Amino acid sequence: MIINKRSIPVGTIILTVVVLLGLVAMILRYVYGLGATTNMSDGRAWGLWISFDLYCGVALAAGGFTLAGIVYIFGREKYHAVARPAILTAFLGYTLVILALLVDLGQPWYIWRFLFNWNIHSPLFEVSLCVMLYTIVLALEFSPAVFERLSSLDYPLIRRFNWRIPLRVIRSIQIPLVIAGIVLSTLHQSSLGSMLLMMPETLHPLWYTPILPILFLFSAIAVGPAMVMFESALSSRVFGHKLSIDVMSGLGKATAYVLGLYLLLKIVDLLARGDLALVATAYPHNLLWWGEIIIGVILPIIFFSMSSIRRNRTMLFWSAVLVVLGLVFNRFNVSMLALEIRPGFTYVPHWMEFAISAALVADAMLVIFLAHRLLPMHEEEAAVESG
Amino acid sequence: MSKGVLYDANKCIGCRACQVACKQWNEMPAETTTNTGSCENPPKVSAYTLTKIRFNELEHDGKFHWVFTKIQCMHCEHPACAEACLVGAFQKTPEGAVVYDDNKCIGCRYCMVACPFGIPCYQWDDPMPWVRKCSFCADRQSAGLKPACVTTCPTGALKYGERDDLIDEAHQRIAANRDKYVDHVYGEHEVGGTSWLYLSPVPFEKLGMPVVGQEAVTVNVERAMGAVPPVLVGVAAIMSGVYWLVKRRQQPGGEGAPNDKEQVEVPK
Repeated sequence: MIINKRSIPVGTIILTVVVLLGLVAMILRYVYGLGATTNMSDGRAWGLWISFDLYCGVALAAGGFTLAGIVYIFGREKYHAVARPAILTAFLGYTLVILALLVDLGQPWYIWRFLFNWNIHSPLFEVSLCVMLYTIVLALEFSPAVFERLSSLDYPLIRRFNWRIPLRVIRSIQIPLVIAGIVLSTLHQSSLGSMLLMMPETLHPLWYTPILPILFLFSAIAVGPAMVMFESALSSRVFGHKLSIDVMSGLGKATAYVLGLYLLLKIVDLLARGDLALVATAYPHNLLWWGEIIIGVILPIIFFSMSSIRRNRTMLFWSAVLVVLGLVFNRFNVSMLALEIRPGFTYVPHWMEFAISAALVADAMLVIFLAHRLLPMHEEEAAVESG
Repeated sequence: MSKGVLYDANKCIGCRACQVACKQWNEMPAETTTNTGSCENPPKVSAYTLTKIRFNELEHDGKFHWVFTKIQCMHCEHPACAEACLVGAFQKTPEGAVVYDDNKCIGCRYCMVACPFGIPCYQWDDPMPWVRKCSFCADRQSAGLKPACVTTCPTGALKYGERDDLIDEAHQRIAANRDKYVDHVYGEHEVGGTSWLYLSPVPFEKLGMPVVGQEAVTVNVERAMGAVPPVLVGVAAIMSGVYWLVKRRQQPGGEGAPNDKEQVEVPK
């Protein structure tokens, strides 16, 4: 083997090792069961996988529907360049969520049962149905990139099929697809909050509110563009494609507006319920509350509204990171830290739980690397390549 | 009519015959536990121990009390587990029992998180695990028998009957012996009412019974789920409307129908 120092793909190797480690943990989980490979218990039946992979995963993948909506429905062509990467990340995010569920479910081989036994009163049923349908919608929304690439390849078997036909079909239903994606996202992003409405006795009153579904939707819409900024800044470091500062600052501004609305809703809701004093008195839970609000809401609003920061790529990136961290903090609070554990139990995730979660993220990153290498990630490019 | 059980802590002697009868009827294995210095054992309900007696040594009104509490599924009138379960594996039967069906469950464990009493348990040690909880002996009841724990109780601390009759009787017992009972029938109104009802000489929070509201925990979820159809139609309509308006403004020349293909292929 020739060792060439410059071409060793260190990042890829690390990611591959993480994926392999997670695969081992996954095999152990299926052979020995959840009890042996996780620290979940009767007291804490939902652990790291639900908090991180489901609650954070779905919210962080919200960039797909927000960007698709901004570009294709609201006609802001300026953001066209980020739409396709955002849709790919969303698709991978949802695939990751489904994979995580196949690990977390006690009977993953029976996951299809929900298609035949409908409990339409269950918010989890709505989430499952929407996640399934939306994953299909995202695959279709992203498929033009694959068809464009296939139609430009010059291999005998691939050339024989006219890839322009499926491309034309998808493009003709693009707007209905985007609208379906927005509807499905609105429904399940908010229903993830509705799921927690079932726990008025165990979820701390700082977070438990009948408007939890609306708060979930707004925080997801806010984190969508932030996540897109975060990812495109990262991928520009790896692959070039630098986003124009105009696009970045526009996304930052949009995030600030939605976050402002979200903060207003949270405060008014606490006032209306007469629980505003809890932010000062409910120690230690109020620290968690202030943590997520300061990191994920107040600081980003301040930063994104300063025009000097909106002209600074690095500062925009770090502000977006704050929004993402704040959202992760919030989802962990509502689904784990502020959700009472049954008396007599404790929960700290097992290393295999971390290993599997990390492997799924690494897996998605590898696929994004591959996609950037193999597929036309920006439609302008595609037009040049195939046109 | 819906059945119920009245548990009177003043009559319970902590013999735990109910625990044994439950294990026998449901063919549940024994659990290996460690000595905690008390006769209370096992320490918690689990997938293999569907009911247990909790021992409480406490002070109330300046007097020492040794009070027992029977723990099992409360069989709520508006069960959170049944509302939560996405496949409808939990059902509240007209007879009062909340029953669970292995043949529908996919193992998401939302029921365990949703339950305000912390009752459903999981077979964590099994690679193919199911949820387990007290079934109110729905099988025995359908054959005209009482639940196993009630049948075996030697002191009459457990009384099986119509829920409404049991509530009346509970209030009569309180009225007849005001100094022996707190004036509270736990389960009459808790989370919208439960099939199992409790009487106690001390306040229920001292027994470790969850302090819960009188409103069913499912109320807000029902409200939120009721908003789903209008949100679905509304968001679809608004998005279509916005698309149409934006399209019109972008093409002031005004070709009637929006042309999707042109729209996506226009370089920015």
